[in-house]
Amino acid sequence: MSGTGTASGPRVEDERSLPLRSGEDVVRLRQAVRERAVATGFSLVDQTKIVTAASEIGRNTIQYGGGGEVRIAVIANGTRRGVRLEFRDSGPGIADVEQALKDGFTTGGGLGLGLSGARRLSDEFHIDSAPGRGTQVTLVRWKPF
Amino acid sequence: MERIPILRMGRFLLVTIQVDMHDQLAMTLQDDLTQRIVRDRARGVLIDISSLDVVDSFIGRMISNIASMSRVLDAQTVVVGMQPAVAITLVELGLELPGVRTALNVEKGMALLQSAVD
Repeated sequence: MSGTGTASGPRVEDERSLPLRSGEDVVRLRQAVRERAVATGFSLVDQTKIVTAASEIGRNTIQYGGGGEVRIAVIANGTRRGVRLEFRDSGPGIADVEQALKDGFTTGGGLGLGLSGARRLSDEFHIDSAPGRGTQVTLVRWKPF
Repeated sequence: MERIPILRMGRFLLVTIQVDMHDQLAMTLQDDLTQRIVRDRARGVLIDISSLDVVDSFIGRMISNIASMSRVLDAQTVVVGMQPAVAITLVELGLELPGVRTALNVEKGMALLQSAVD
């Protein structure tokens, strides 16, 4: 990915990667996302929403994907700024993404709110996954004008 | 091993969560509280989450589990001090904390516990 973005994509102002291997990594992820959300000028509620979404997907990357990494970026589209999170694992992948996005669906004994809840907390949400190909989840929250 | 301290005040147990908990720490707290309810013959548990700036589905499930387990062990649970931004996010996440009593602050939470066990 180009640091300056393409004609159609947002401009990336600041990007860093974090590993996701352990529960402590999820704590570090929450702190890093909070820092970026504050730097982008998010309200407290908007900070809380994207940090919570990050926590859900970060845990999934570890629990279901066997670990992976996340790229945290501050992005801009014209005068609009936001925070983008890209999670990537090389785990077993998701056979039925539609089903995985339903409230209450779980294969791990949790509440089944991770993916569906994180989607509700995001402005843009995209899952790219197939069996054997791992999972990539991208979510964006924009700062409201 | 890292642990969240549990204080005893008469018939009640008091927990103030002041760190960003990783999942294992939350599980340890759940186990510790369940054992302390029995050992101390506690009638109520007050959990102060006013320092928590994020409650995700895992922490939410831990809170629900503690409330359910304490009910089975004849104790009441009250969660106090939830930040407004956390409450807004929890509802949007889809987490309603069924069966969990809440109060605005420690004082109101203690009063609720007193009235529940008297």
